[in-house]
Amino acid sequence: MSTFLIVAKREFTTRVRNKTFLLMTILGPIFFGAILVIPALLAGVDEEPKTILVVDNSFLLRGMGTIEGNRLEYFDPKLVDEQMAISKVRDNDLYDGLLFLPPSENNDPDFILRNTRLYSKGDIGMDLTRNLERRLGKAATEEKLKINGVNPSIVAQSTTIVNIKNLDLTEEGSESSSLPLKMTIGFASGFFIYFFTFIYAAQIMRGVIEEKTSRIVEVIITSVKPTQLLLGKIIGIAAVGLLQFIILIMFSSIIYSIAGVIGILSPEISGLNTTEIASSTESQLILSDIIDSLGAFNIPKLLGCFLFYFLGGYLLYGALFAAAGAAVDSEADTQQFILPLTMPLILTLILSTNIMQEPNGSIAMWLSFIPFSSPIAMTMRLPFGGVETWEILLSMLSLVIGFLATTWVSAKIYRVGILSYGKKVSYKDLYKWIRRN
Amino acid sequence: MNAIESFGVDKQYEGHIALHPIDMEIPEGSVFGLLGPNGAGKTTLLRIINQIISPDHGSVNFYGQKIRSSDSHQIGYLPEERGLYKKMKVGEQSMYFAQLKGLSRHEARKRLHWWFKKWGLETWWDKKVEELSKGMAQKIQFITTVLHEPKLLVFDEPFSGLDPINAALIRDEMLRIKKEGSTILLSTHRMESVEELCSHMALLNNGEKILDGSVNEIRESHRNGNFRLSYRSKNPITLSLPGEVIISQNITDFNKGICIAELQSTKLNSSEIISALAPQVDTIRFEEIIPSMNDIFIKSVKK
Repeated sequence: MSTFLIVAKREFTTRVRNKTFLLMTILGPIFFGAILVIPALLAGVDEEPKTILVVDNSFLLRGMGTIEGNRLEYFDPKLVDEQMAISKVRDNDLYDGLLFLPPSENNDPDFILRNTRLYSKGDIGMDLTRNLERRLGKAATEEKLKINGVNPSIVAQSTTIVNIKNLDLTEEGSESSSLPLKMTIGFASGFFIYFFTFIYAAQIMRGVIEEKTSRIVEVIITSVKPTQLLLGKIIGIAAVGLLQFIILIMFSSIIYSIAGVIGILSPEISGLNTTEIASSTESQLILSDIIDSLGAFNIPKLLGCFLFYFLGGYLLYGALFAAAGAAVDSEADTQQFILPLTMPLILTLILSTNIMQEPNGSIAMWLSFIPFSSPIAMTMRLPFGGVETWEILLSMLSLVIGFLATTWVSAKIYRVGILSYGKKVSYKDLYKWIRRN
Repeated sequence: MNAIESFGVDKQYEGHIALHPIDMEIPEGSVFGLLGPNGAGKTTLLRIINQIISPDHGSVNFYGQKIRSSDSHQIGYLPEERGLYKKMKVGEQSMYFAQLKGLSRHEARKRLHWWFKKWGLETWWDKKVEELSKGMAQKIQFITTVLHEPKLLVFDEPFSGLDPINAALIRDEMLRIKKEGSTILLSTHRMESVEELCSHMALLNNGEKILDGSVNEIRESHRNGNFRLSYRSKNPITLSLPGEVIISQNITDFNKGICIAELQSTKLNSSEIISALAPQVDTIRFEEIIPSMNDIFIKSVKK
């Protein structure tokens, strides 16, 4: 086995076995998945059915027996007044609450609703309250229609829900799109790259510093050329990143599909039909819209490009961070080199709003051609579409050239740096090291 | 054959000369001591031989051939300040270094088990390095240096920081390895270890080689005709000696009734002096004072 591979293998195995890696890779997606799923789960859990005592003076509920699994029990308003009902509910464990609807005045449904009260013992739940409100609202509307001589069934038939489809004009034709979704995907990808570039590049740097301060490097470079050692480290850690990425994708899709099968993520996605859409709320509509346009993305292309920029950006910064690690004696001294290295990353993230507002504007375009910013900028732009093929190719080419150039420079700094101790290195020294043969 | 030959090897760092052109020969099968005060250029020279850095000029031959990077598999190097990966397991780490030196996994494992058994380290195979005591870590480092059975072993200050037991252990291993035919190059400023171990040596000072050769020859060449005579007597006896002999000291070692005289002569040898002295005193001991490496070291550096 070539020494380069032995080095890469060690970097890979020691890091993958590290507890931090396990935590980040396995618990990370579970954690994020949980954040998404648990609220949905909790909301979907059938809470213990509640029994509500109803005193319906206005007959607005028309004796409806259950509402979303909760029992409604009626008391005759002629026999029981509000105070009696309250004490009844308070004394009897059977009842969780009391809904009191006052008698109507001048046939005004609004008056009834303004004076409707829901008494409860303990927490009666948001859902039940909202369902009652919705039911009463619907009944009141029907009442009002009747008062004005309109047949409610005609209104129900003519209710129209408008949902304009956003379509992207592309060369192949048109695809439906969703702006919020594009922004989410764009920002998430960009941020992911930013985050992981930092983490992995810093790992390389720490590794270099460890080898340098412990003088292990002096033994290793008797058998491995410094450039090979540097590349072995970078590639080894890149493989870790790749593995982490694959696990993340796998986990996300598993969690997503499990959630889809159980139907907890969004009940209206599974078994969606028009009448249900008609009764859906506005937020549910946006969600169905998102699901609809998710299919419109060229997911393999997005993933492929993401992977390229993820690795490319990491390789570029990894090489530079390794050089920074080689130039110092301890982690505390890295600050002077880290700041200028991270500036382009941070700057691109700051400009992300600009990029996403005008994904094909000149700022976005230039940032996606500069290798230091292209990994973030390009992955942010891609979900919006409209990025020409030549732009992608040019951006990728410049990233590859950028990576080769920074690795070349870094290797020169690394070679000298790992063997020089004790003296604080300035940028002038670095320049001399690069020029030295 | 020489294990190492250097021809005009020099090295300059920004503004200061670490090594003036050095010609040196390290004979095969020797234990070669590279001596010199701190900052003399020993480590620089060792790094050049290990191809960690390349000289500005000159070249190095390894067993008669210009040294190549693949020769590193035939060299074992233990630097002065040595370290291990703290978080890595002992066995795994030893395997890593062995593989970097070109051993197959199988061979590396076999040899490591042999060494670990020999030094009673088996139970430490799966422990992390940070759990090791300093002495144990030094043993591991020694093992990984010699494991691939190189033709040349380079130790930079091998005994610094070792307790006497481990120092003796390592010294014995070095002698055993030498006996098996390897060449050993070590840098040190502990003169006793040179006299104990080394057959050859070179002395560096300020980046220049000021002395080299076989240890015996060097000591012989530094003979300066000093002799010491111990004889039985309560008081110093006035000695009468040929004109070329100078008596530099003649005192009583009063506790024992023994006197000691120090003589100096560049012309007469010891048997000639003895025959002149024999009738005059009751001799206990007569010896030539051969300068120790320490004396030679100090004298040469101060010159």
